[in-house]
Amino acid sequence: MKKKELHIRVHEVTRVEGHGNILIDMHKGRVKEVWLQITEPPRFFEAMLVGRRYDEAQHIMSRICGICAVSHTCASLKAVESAMGIKISRQALLLRRLAFCAEVIQSHILHIFFLVLPDCLGVGSIVPLMDSHPGVARDGLELKKLANEICSIVAGRHIHPISLYPGGVAHTPKETELKRIREALKNSFARLDRTLELMIKLPVPELDKPREFISLKAKGEYAIYGGEPFSSKKYHLKTETYTKNIKEYIVYHSAAKHAKTKKGTFMVGALARINNNFKQLNPRAKNALKRARLKPPANNPFLNNMAQLIECFNMAEDAVRIIDRLLADGVKNEPLGRPTTFGRGIGIVEAPRGTLYHEYHINRDGVVDKAVCIIPTAQNLRSIEADLKHLVPMIIDKSKEEIRKTIEMLVRAYDPCISCSTHYMDVRFV
Amino acid sequence: MGRYSLKIKKMEKPKVAFFSFTCCEGCQLVVLSLEDELPELLKHIDIVNFREAMTDKSDDYEIAFIEGSISKKEEERKLKKIRERAKTLVSLGACSAIGGINCLKNKFPVAKIKKDIYGKNAGRLRLLDTLPVRPIDSIVRVDHYIHGCPIPKKEFLSVLTSLLLKKTPVIPDHPVCVDCKIAGNICVFEKGMTCMGPVTRAGCDAICVTYGCICWGCRGLVDDPNINSHRETLERYSLDTDSILKKFDLYGGCKAGRNPGAS
Repeated sequence: MKKKELHIRVHEVTRVEGHGNILIDMHKGRVKEVWLQITEPPRFFEAMLVGRRYDEAQHIMSRICGICAVSHTCASLKAVESAMGIKISRQALLLRRLAFCAEVIQSHILHIFFLVLPDCLGVGSIVPLMDSHPGVARDGLELKKLANEICSIVAGRHIHPISLYPGGVAHTPKETELKRIREALKNSFARLDRTLELMIKLPVPELDKPREFISLKAKGEYAIYGGEPFSSKKYHLKTETYTKNIKEYIVYHSAAKHAKTKKGTFMVGALARINNNFKQLNPRAKNALKRARLKPPANNPFLNNMAQLIECFNMAEDAVRIIDRLLADGVKNEPLGRPTTFGRGIGIVEAPRGTLYHEYHINRDGVVDKAVCIIPTAQNLRSIEADLKHLVPMIIDKSKEEIRKTIEMLVRAYDPCISCSTHYMDVRFV
Repeated sequence: MGRYSLKIKKMEKPKVAFFSFTCCEGCQLVVLSLEDELPELLKHIDIVNFREAMTDKSDDYEIAFIEGSISKKEEERKLKKIRERAKTLVSLGACSAIGGINCLKNKFPVAKIKKDIYGKNAGRLRLLDTLPVRPIDSIVRVDHYIHGCPIPKKEFLSVLTSLLLKKTPVIPDHPVCVDCKIAGNICVFEKGMTCMGPVTRAGCDAICVTYGCICWGCRGLVDDPNINSHRETLERYSLDTDSILKKFDLYGGCKAGRNPGAS
């Protein structure tokens, strides 16, 4: 007999960044409510920034999130630099992009190995994985370590990068350091290949629901640091009018805002980027895409994990290329660019979890008057809830434990970063 | 004999839990990024609670690491429970030790900023109800502190090793200037910038200065900071009172009340 009534409450979803609950209420065979409760206390970063100097903004805004600190730093720097007419050198841009590649790898690897694979291999965390699948755990730890090292060389550390500063990069890595990580990156592809082989064999739940995908798009490169926002519905969202196209609104069960476009629910992140920009992937990443049998446009949010792995290939290839360019030019100490004006500035980057938007108004004293941030996870919350509504009736005949596991997997596939979105997660049965 | 060996085993592998309150979770991530040390570390401790990386949760632990500051009633209740259960409670990072950057929030009337950020209906949003941000030692007794935003790996390992060896962890009480000299850096004041190094607790190897920036003061003040003298220095480098206060407030906003000279 079909279950008609179901009340699920997952309290503090584990292995996600931040604190959140899932609430599902089914009545007479229909889903009445699906709530992703974000209970992480809001921190009001946009208000914290008001009254602070422009050269403190990147330091403060990096603290929004420990995982995507480089993304927040870069979005903040881009906003400050566009508001104040600050130019940065080619070397500074390359160094920032190198740190960015490392952050995307670090964040995706953390998500795949620490948060997703334990689910698939039937263990509770990476700790038992070290005994049950030592090779897999080692690959994960080594890849993460490499990404951390790249960030350390460029920015001092990954969690809250230091040298990324308005006007450029305040520290120049040594050529020997760059050569060393170039070698390590070359050797990392074997580990990525093994991970791909493993992930291809894992079953992916079906959830084919068409949706809008938004990401940056750039000419001549797979957009991460630069480019203009673009929708899979084939229209461009201009940087200057992003907030007109992406409407944020509050919902009463979440401390994080939700967002929609004029067309409704949309998704950002690795899957959105692959769908929008797969033609610009590097050769190894394209090959991985083929091996993974991921055919863009792919609508299944569970494939986001695979999309992240493909991006790891792409970012490692990008990083090698950036290092080659840096070495060919010869790295040198450079002065930082200086402010030439003041006013409104916008910085958009592709954080590991999706399009990240910072907008500041800076006055003639170089002090921030107003700040607005739109965070990837906040943009995805509406999509997560819509998918849960779609998914739960499909799996309603399974055991409570299995339902709980599947919905947790769905939420985790989005790799939500709840600290970010409150500028949180838990599943509990009631 | 059976009982004896059991006791030794229990002593060898204490149960360790990690908890996170209002913060960016970066300090937990520093622990997760001990890729080389993690496998060895796990031979000596049992991690029983680490929500960001583990499914299993347990309320039986000896050492609790607390990350984040307290900004909600529920957090206050949870923290008190953790204190009751843990033998040793360690503050992990600036947010829990001194309130951290979160304290900047306390400067604004919350009702107004809620409206500014979340819109005019924000008042009805119960999840947004927050208290002024506090460091954890304003609510419970803290046994040891690991400072920084984020914590240095090295300091986490040294404090944990000390605890495992039943020794009292030693946290430096000299200013960042000393670390900066050891690192061989040019003083930021010489470069036309100003910094919080002379009054800030060292232990970070002055990494921010090494990587081309300034000391922001994330590790909090040394035990007996010469605040007046540092204020004079900053004045000499033509910072006005407001800018000086802001420099002290970036990380010290919550602790300012206890160091009257800072306000």
